[in-house]
Amino acid sequence: MSEFFQQVVAGLGDGAIYAALALALVLIHRATGVINFAQGEMAMFTTYIAWTLIENHGWSYWPAFVVTLAFAFVLGVGIQRVVIAPVSSASVLTIVIMTIGLVLTFNGLAGLIWSAEIRAFPSPFPNETWQLGDVSISQESVGTFAVVLVLVALLWAFFQFTKTGLALRASALNPDASRLVGVRVGWMLAIGWGLAAMLGAVAGMLAAPTVFLDPSMMQATLIYAFAAAVLGGIDSPFGAVAGGLLLGVGLNLIGNYVDFVGADLKLPVALLIILVVLLVRPAGLFGKPIARRV
Amino acid sequence: VKRADLIRVSVFLLAVVALFLLPRLPFVNDFRAQQFAYVGIYFIALLGLNLLTGITGQISLGHGAFMLIGGYTTAILMSDQELKLGSHVFASDMRDIWTIPLAGLVAGIVGFLFGFPALRLAGLYLALATFAVAVAAPAVVKKFHGFTGGGGGINLFDLSTRTQSTSVTDPVTFESRDLGIDILGITIPTFNEWLYYLCWTIALVMFGVAWVLLRGRFGRTLRAIRDSELAAASSGVNLARYKTLAFGVSAFYAGVAGSLLAIATTFVNPDTFPITLSIFLLVGVVVGGLGSLWPLVFGAIFIHFMQIEWAQRVEAIIPNWLPVLGDIDTDAPGAPAVAFGVILILIMLAFPAGAAGLLVSLKSLATRGYHRVR
Repeated sequence: MSEFFQQVVAGLGDGAIYAALALALVLIHRATGVINFAQGEMAMFTTYIAWTLIENHGWSYWPAFVVTLAFAFVLGVGIQRVVIAPVSSASVLTIVIMTIGLVLTFNGLAGLIWSAEIRAFPSPFPNETWQLGDVSISQESVGTFAVVLVLVALLWAFFQFTKTGLALRASALNPDASRLVGVRVGWMLAIGWGLAAMLGAVAGMLAAPTVFLDPSMMQATLIYAFAAAVLGGIDSPFGAVAGGLLLGVGLNLIGNYVDFVGADLKLPVALLIILVVLLVRPAGLFGKPIARRV
Repeated sequence: VKRADLIRVSVFLLAVVALFLLPRLPFVNDFRAQQFAYVGIYFIALLGLNLLTGITGQISLGHGAFMLIGGYTTAILMSDQELKLGSHVFASDMRDIWTIPLAGLVAGIVGFLFGFPALRLAGLYLALATFAVAVAAPAVVKKFHGFTGGGGGINLFDLSTRTQSTSVTDPVTFESRDLGIDILGITIPTFNEWLYYLCWTIALVMFGVAWVLLRGRFGRTLRAIRDSELAAASSGVNLARYKTLAFGVSAFYAGVAGSLLAIATTFVNPDTFPITLSIFLLVGVVVGGLGSLWPLVFGAIFIHFMQIEWAQRVEAIIPNWLPVLGDIDTDAPGAPAVAFGVILILIMLAFPAGAAGLLVSLKSLATRGYHRVR
């Protein structure tokens, strides 16, 4: 039984990372109806920025963390303005292709600048465990979980209690009406991309100590984040977080207790979850079903 | 028969002759023949993806997975590595080229079946699901290593029997000399040339099939689905039947391309069909022009030569005085991807209809100029 609890805690740690990235996907999808396939690669790229600050410039962890978040925000805003905004009224296919172009660009840039060598990334949390009876709880998992939780709370407060947050919600809900009352919708969408990129950066920096840093480090995590977002409902921020945690715990338990799946088949299981949810309940666990207007 | 069709057919026949003579040209060496063979393979795959994405409007980011199925079908049937499925042990069951239609068929059936869940997935969700398929496929291959050879892969040829049988080393001078294979009285000197003829014969046949399929009722129906599913359905189109069919045909093309890719590389493992392959295929379709047919050749040329040659010359484009970019090592692994990504974005911004669109606008420009002069 103690192993079960350990697996649940470890799953919550992994799940927090999926939740952060899933939340990033949901933020963009709610505002613009686009799934950003480059979310993972952008996260990877910003994690390299943090790595450079820490390893090459001798910064300590938390200042590098904050500066990386700022960089990610600017990156997200810039990308929306330069690459996505010009095609915002084009077909879904065009926008998907744009984000695929971003996937290739960031993946390649990371390889060019930092080479494909696999690198270690420091963790801000001690590599130790707390003992609760005969259950040993990894401090890293708890720390990861806590960081994501604090971040989600901050984000929620931002959306609820600030004027910019209100404007962001308004432009996602009804862009035309928002424009009429003076909200600069274009910039609000850009800010949404910036916030999403920040969430991605957090996911990247928290994932890097365990998956190690290399240009393809976020590919699997992105699929898990897709699965989490779909599971929770692609338009529901709460669903993304819940879906991420649920998926993290679920995959950890399945990987541990179902021998056939093991560590190798976690990714196909995530794919299966995506397919089943989309087929059985396309709105996800926490999303509202949408009726299509004819 | 319409006059325009006659012109098309004669241009096509001219292209066939040109393609047949290409390896005979003095500047086309063995290495080039191999590269052109790869272009043919990509052309087949692009025809398939375009039928689904460009013509029917169903986004697939996972066509590499269908190529994987085709490639592995061929590899498993040809190998003598004691791969097992149930109680059957595969021991060079079939010769290479006979496995190609079978590879297409297996991929086609899988594609057709995948078309059923895909019916419920519109636009973005389909892109997402196919992307996940392509990312997850290598993990499945590695898991069933008894059947697929796992991460170690499968060698298709007992190397001495085919790829090297065509050249012998002179025991005295140590010069290698080509013996050649005789097929229908024509001597094909090397493996790569054989590959070239094989790939392009199949590519031309499949191009012809695609052209015939798409010019009539079937093609019109698929385009109607792309433009408006609702309008198509209310005009009596059975959406489920046509969409799953489009998936099946498209996957058949991808399977044949995957089979040829396996034969060309003489070896398959999960890394032969990475997620980037699926993405490059989409890039190729965009470069050629969504919904176009023969201009996809440009897309095929683009994705092949970009990977192996052009990307390494990015340094010629980036000026040295730029502070960060100037000293980029263009041999580094990321160079092709960056070039691909940036070009993809620029094409979507500047020429959303790809090479096909460019040709159309050039043509209209030319005719307009002609009329003005008159």
